[in-house]
Amino acid sequence: MPQANDFWGWIAYILAHYGGSFLRGAGATMLISLVGTAIGCLIGFIVGIVQTIPVEKNDNAAKRFFLPIVKFLLSVYVELFRGTPMMAQAMFIYYGSMLMFGINMTMWFAAFFIVSVNTGAYMSETMRGGIISVDPGQTEGAKAIGMTHFQTMLHVVLPQAIRNIMPQIGNNLIINIKDTSVLNVIGTVELYFTTKTVAGNYYTYFQAFTIAMVIYFVMTFTCSRILRYFEKRMDGPDSYNLATTDTLAYTSGMVSFPDPRSNQRGNL
Amino acid sequence: MEENKRVIDVRHLSKTFGTNVVLRDINFAVDQGDVTCIIGSSGSGKSTLLRCINLLETPTAGEVLFHGQDIMKGHIDSASYRAKVGMVFQNFNLFGNMDVLKNCMIGQTCVLKKNEEEAKKQALFFLEKVGMAPYINAKPRQLSGGQKQRVAIARALAMDPEVLLFDEPTSALDPQMVGEVLAVMRTLADEGLTMLVVTHEMAFARDVSSHVVFMANGVIEEEGSPADIFGNPKKELTREFLSRFRNG
Repeated sequence: MPQANDFWGWIAYILAHYGGSFLRGAGATMLISLVGTAIGCLIGFIVGIVQTIPVEKNDNAAKRFFLPIVKFLLSVYVELFRGTPMMAQAMFIYYGSMLMFGINMTMWFAAFFIVSVNTGAYMSETMRGGIISVDPGQTEGAKAIGMTHFQTMLHVVLPQAIRNIMPQIGNNLIINIKDTSVLNVIGTVELYFTTKTVAGNYYTYFQAFTIAMVIYFVMTFTCSRILRYFEKRMDGPDSYNLATTDTLAYTSGMVSFPDPRSNQRGNL
Repeated sequence: MEENKRVIDVRHLSKTFGTNVVLRDINFAVDQGDVTCIIGSSGSGKSTLLRCINLLETPTAGEVLFHGQDIMKGHIDSASYRAKVGMVFQNFNLFGNMDVLKNCMIGQTCVLKKNEEEAKKQALFFLEKVGMAPYINAKPRQLSGGQKQRVAIARALAMDPEVLLFDEPTSALDPQMVGEVLAVMRTLADEGLTMLVVTHEMAFARDVSSHVVFMANGVIEEEGSPADIFGNPKKELTREFLSRFRNG
């Protein structure tokens, strides 16, 4: 066993004896964060989309009656989960579900559930922001060629909104990687829980948490770079190729495309 | 017989925003093959009128008849109505997430339910017509204003609209780009496309249109043939408005 003040010695000792535990903890943290962020994004997208459905004068009575109620319930969900700490939510849901409803959640289910609904609450506001930040002209352009609200959202608004909120999705993933640490209160064996356990064995808090800090940082940094790469991919290439090799024809059409209407319809 | 040719008939149309009356009792009609230009100073309600015809704004009162059917009565679905009435905007409104070709295809595949191949053929035909066929791979942000507007015109034409509405299509462009867009619009007019154009291009209104509507303060002040409006305006407001263009 290393001397009490031998910092690097202790690091090496912990890694040698508990390296596997750290990796398992880090794996659990990543799994909960990735799944939680993915499901949270899905919840957020759906809530954000519903929140931005317009109510129009000529809509039927059922839509005009139910839509505001649904919107109200969704905003209650958003405000409750954004407005309370995830650590308290974890305790509330995990122990509450057992006491009130007799549901014995597995620790894993509870972890995924809590991170998902929490991320969903944040993402729905992000999504709403993403949708309203798309130029209204885009919606008008889509409507003007006869697209319905659903088609407009699917083909025009959402692709642009999601591109715009990509940095925020990255933020959420990184926050989740760090904040899953609060799940140790319900006994989820993730990186923080593992570190605390290992540190407690020999009172090597500083050394153990140094290792944890490095692992957390590597995970968040890698994720942020990967997401940045996806963002670039979504933007497409910076330049484009003209559909011709004849430079003299660059400013005029050079291929004579036949009029597709000539054999379909006689009148214009 | 006359009724068959009538595409759009606007009757007693009014529009108010709060207490602000933007349009007051507008009556006019567009027949098949007409090129109608709506002129007038900014704020006279021209654009709002055009947007009411396409239901981007809901008129407060009055009716808009499309082939004799009131478009606000509910038996015509507003999306399928808009598919037949194309619109070209001042700010182009091309879809930023799609390249030029996709911009001209999406309406056909998604609204008209055409297959990809057919839609592509149609899109390329109209892109060539507006001189933008080489740019099918470009994204809208990579194009100049005049190019964007020509693509927007091709996008609208690809839907085979019965009438095409233009909302100040050249107001955001520099003089050279104005030229390229107007040239395309002239060709379309010569080919007999029914067009309703809100514009500040007086030369275009005078030379190309078959009918000119002059609007001021939310009402149609005067309308008639281009020869009448530009050669022999009857109202004082029309004379005053046009004199500024003659001197300039």
